[in-house]
Amino acid sequence: MKRQQFDSLTLPYLLIAPQLAIIFIFFVWPAAQAVYQSFMLEDPFGLSSQFVGFENFTEVVSNEHYARSALFTAIFSGLVAFLSMAFALLLAVKADGILHGQAAYKIMLTWVYAVAPAVAGMMGVFLFDRSIGPLNHLFNATGWPFNPQLDVFDASVTVILVSVWKQISVNFIYFLAGLQSIPRAVREAALIDCRNGFRRFWTVTLPLLAPTGFFVLVINITYAFFETFGVIDTMTRGAPGGGTATLVYKVYQDGFLGADIGGSSAQSVILMILVLGLTVVQFRVLEKRIHY
Amino acid sequence: MHRIKPTDHLILILGVLFLLLPIWVVFASSTHRPETLLSEGLQFWFGDYFWETYSAVLFDNTGFTQTVNAVLMLKNSLILGLGFSVGKILISTIAAYAIVYFRFPAGSFFFWIIFSSLLLPLEVRIIPSYEVVSKLGMLNSYTGLILPLIASATATFFFRQFYKSVPDEILEAARIDGAGPFRFFVDILLPLSKTMIAAIFIIMFVVGWNQYLWPILMTTDESYFTVVMGIKQILNDLEGNRIPQYNKALALSFLAMLPPVMVVLIFQRWFVKGLVESEK
Repeated sequence: MKRQQFDSLTLPYLLIAPQLAIIFIFFVWPAAQAVYQSFMLEDPFGLSSQFVGFENFTEVVSNEHYARSALFTAIFSGLVAFLSMAFALLLAVKADGILHGQAAYKIMLTWVYAVAPAVAGMMGVFLFDRSIGPLNHLFNATGWPFNPQLDVFDASVTVILVSVWKQISVNFIYFLAGLQSIPRAVREAALIDCRNGFRRFWTVTLPLLAPTGFFVLVINITYAFFETFGVIDTMTRGAPGGGTATLVYKVYQDGFLGADIGGSSAQSVILMILVLGLTVVQFRVLEKRIHY
Repeated sequence: MHRIKPTDHLILILGVLFLLLPIWVVFASSTHRPETLLSEGLQFWFGDYFWETYSAVLFDNTGFTQTVNAVLMLKNSLILGLGFSVGKILISTIAAYAIVYFRFPAGSFFFWIIFSSLLLPLEVRIIPSYEVVSKLGMLNSYTGLILPLIASATATFFFRQFYKSVPDEILEAARIDGAGPFRFFVDILLPLSKTMIAAIFIIMFVVGWNQYLWPILMTTDESYFTVVMGIKQILNDLEGNRIPQYNKALALSFLAMLPPVMVVLIFQRWFVKGLVESEK
């Protein structure tokens, strides 16, 4: 906090009021509502509801569709995070080493950030289309009977590829910034001590980049959980047979399209707990990071 | 520094191609006739129908009510992007000012309430948010579209961090010169945070423009459709046509990504600075 502060009885309340009002109405109220509804059973017309305790939760958790969606989300998030971080790190390391033309590469590799996930999904629809998509033709030419409409694996490949494509530029920005914040003296010392570029990367650069890497991992998991909604809704809508529905997509499907308010709220609450857990882990590790 | 190998450039060029090619194909294909696309697939070079396709997408009315065109949707997206970013900056600069520069009862309590909103994205409370907006009679309105999206303290958090890094001596000097809280904020603090405001504005404009889930839930009236959600509409329309209007759908995707991409390209320096510094 500041040593110097203003004293006023009303002004700070006036300044903070707009934000507080919006947070109360559009954040606290709906979040509380989600928790409340997760313990209630409501008839489909919303006319009556009764308290059912943890029944919604046990029903959700024991549901095989939910288990499948959870498994898909785990695999999907892991692959999207791993692949987009690996590609971005490779590109960032190469761009960091280049002196001439670095600015041009930087611009070319960052602008995809601005493409909406839904727009990326729409582009994916065309690129993988059965009649007009060049990628579909390419896969078929290699002897792969590629059919994302019927095959869960093929459909997963399409949403993962598009999600990775969309995320590389964000990761690239962070990795490049992380690399460039490594002090010059450290880099030069490493250069003298270790002639082998590959070993230098593993023993010096990567450990120094670890805090950035962890932070980027958290952003990527959040991205894979929430922001890929647009990709999935435009490309597969969870099809075939719910095989590509992430947990967030299922909340939308069950609650908004299926009108199962209690079940969908229970799913929301489970997600809230997951996100809170992720945040706690993030803060723990960030605190450790201060000791560097 | 170490020697740069040609493979480094090769890897970077492959990376650029990987990111660029899909959009190249989309733009090139959108300038062909739908019959060409249907018989020959997506195109890697431009056709002769650029103006025909794009003027049809921009100005011809479609949709159930025959009132929607891309110009209208782009206008709505612009309202959403600007409303979201400007609204967010307005409320968060003053809220962060109150938090950092004033000592007041319940201050830290309010602080925690506000920052709890960082924990849960809109996506996990989407159904109850919809119910709240519907109870307030805000479905199909710009207010209902924008305000719930603003209910997250990201920008407040960045401004709080920034204000805290402003040296105390500046406030001391200003007070000696007789500046009150209002004067100090307008004449000193805001000019100091110009770059920060610019960076956050760009990031938030892109975030607002790219919203998808919330607009599809709460706008059923076609006159409020944004261009990103218009994509869902045009995908549905594709299935109904004898010759699917692929060219128009591709043109609409290109139009939907053009404004945010231009903003990021033009303001590259601020954007990267803001993104990296603000996430610490």
